[in-house]
Amino acid sequence: MEKYYHSVRLDKEKCQGCIHCIQRCPTQAIRVRNGKAIILAARCIDCGECIRVCPHKAKYAERDSIEIIQKFKYKVALPAPSLYGQIANVTDVNLLLNALLAIGFDDVFEVAAAAERISDATKKFLREHPEFSRPVISSACPAIVRLISVLYPNLIDRILPLRSPMEEAGRLAREKAVRETGFAPEEIGVFFITPCPAKITAIRHSQESEKSSIDGAVAINDIYPALVNQLGKLREQSELQHAGRIGISWGMTGGEASGTLSDASMPVDGIENCINVLSEIEDEKLNDIEFVELNACMGGCVGGVLTAENPYIAKSRLKNLRKYLPMALNNIADSPLAAVTAEKRPEEIPALKLADNLKEAMEKMNRLNEILSTFPRLDCGTCGAPSCRALAEDIVRGYTSEQDCIFRIRAELEGAALPKSVEELIPPPFRQKKNTDGGDKK
Amino acid sequence: MDAVTLHYDVSGNDFTCAGEASRKIKKTLKTLGFSPEIIRNVAIAVYEAEINMVVHANGGTIDASVTPEQIDVVLKDTGPGIPNIELAMQEGWSTAPENVRQLGFGAGMGLPNIKKYSDALRVESEVGKGTTIYITVINK
Repeated sequence: MEKYYHSVRLDKEKCQGCIHCIQRCPTQAIRVRNGKAIILAARCIDCGECIRVCPHKAKYAERDSIEIIQKFKYKVALPAPSLYGQIANVTDVNLLLNALLAIGFDDVFEVAAAAERISDATKKFLREHPEFSRPVISSACPAIVRLISVLYPNLIDRILPLRSPMEEAGRLAREKAVRETGFAPEEIGVFFITPCPAKITAIRHSQESEKSSIDGAVAINDIYPALVNQLGKLREQSELQHAGRIGISWGMTGGEASGTLSDASMPVDGIENCINVLSEIEDEKLNDIEFVELNACMGGCVGGVLTAENPYIAKSRLKNLRKYLPMALNNIADSPLAAVTAEKRPEEIPALKLADNLKEAMEKMNRLNEILSTFPRLDCGTCGAPSCRALAEDIVRGYTSEQDCIFRIRAELEGAALPKSVEELIPPPFRQKKNTDGGDKK
Repeated sequence: MDAVTLHYDVSGNDFTCAGEASRKIKKTLKTLGFSPEIIRNVAIAVYEAEINMVVHANGGTIDASVTPEQIDVVLKDTGPGIPNIELAMQEGWSTAPENVRQLGFGAGMGLPNIKKYSDALRVESEVGKGTTIYITVINK
């Protein structure tokens, strides 16, 4: 397997080599080279922002098609809580779960049910481990866990050491199926119905266990038409629902935080907001907060790029659906925290460092600053890097040269071997007007 | 080998930008590959000093010099100065006005925190002329 697997991929045919994705990527993981975008594997966190923003639909998430379930004798669907808000006029979660059976699954195990166990365990963990640095950071969003591994490795120690609801659901679903059917564990296929690419990556290359408990991931927007179709035809219904308000609420921002039943829990959504909060945690400015729930997508999982419905609509549907449900139907009762503890901790991904030793890194940094001082600082992206600084960094890393800068080339074409000042690099519309009266600019 | 030097102008009375310089210094140290603990110490010490500069002195300048052995940061302002440095070094001592406290600043932990997170701290101040703070974090 590749060192860093990513579900977020590029369709080279569709890519026009424009700059939308490179400027949107929160970890500056994309460059344009030879007219096509490339993703720097060490930096990519599979958040899917590039999928959201690409006007040519050239970015996509590698996922499993529904046919894959036929490889297994017994097939279990693990619907993400965000699935419940996707379809209009579904007044009963049980209807939706039965529609999953109708499209070919033998059983359904709600991730929301596993989420309630994790909520219960999180409460217990916070109570029993006051020595664990605060705030404790949620482990549920794999894009955030990866973001921490790449940009905030010193916060890895604060990540909640419990399984994500998805992994817990996969484990419980397989155990249940073995118990009820007598099939061998490998004859049972467990499939996550996913709202986002980061979850797919987390299944294929888990950061919390050696091997994921899940066999594959089917995107919500792929099975959406079949689900709608089956919902209209449903006749018989079996009782499949076993999650309450707390579990369903995990599908949107604030659900996980409120599940801790603590006023000192703070939910955050949107990748930029999460980055700001992580930076504050790093500077020890949020020490009075117990727990932070971080969602890479706006609105939480209902905002995932593989969903079918507008996140705000999905969110209000989730709120309606949970209204008359019991608070929670699952807990870890008297079992020890070890029962839901993740098998391993996320590892640092050293993508930021300029060099392995400080002396070499500093030499490169000085060269970087020198090169940067000769760039126009417009961050136009036409060099294929997201900013002038990123280009300077790519140059000192040996990936490319100053010739990538269109303004440098322009200045050279205009005659001067090298412009005398950075001002001369900037195209006329961007040049600042000189003050003629000698006074301060207003 | 030359030290990596960084220079920032900090504008006063603009809390939305306060912390920009310390954030940029932190990013540079991460790119250089310093250990997380050293980065945290520098980030917190410089952040506190930067906030002080914005709150009390209407801004100033920050100059950092980074070598593999240590990080030196000099924060210079031409503000009102500190009349009694010994008092200002005490935890909880604060002269921050109400509007600043409402923003969550001014708890009187500025200088004490800088001292806590740095290996050397020197404060030079003259009332009416300004304050210069020298912070050193040794790379252990």
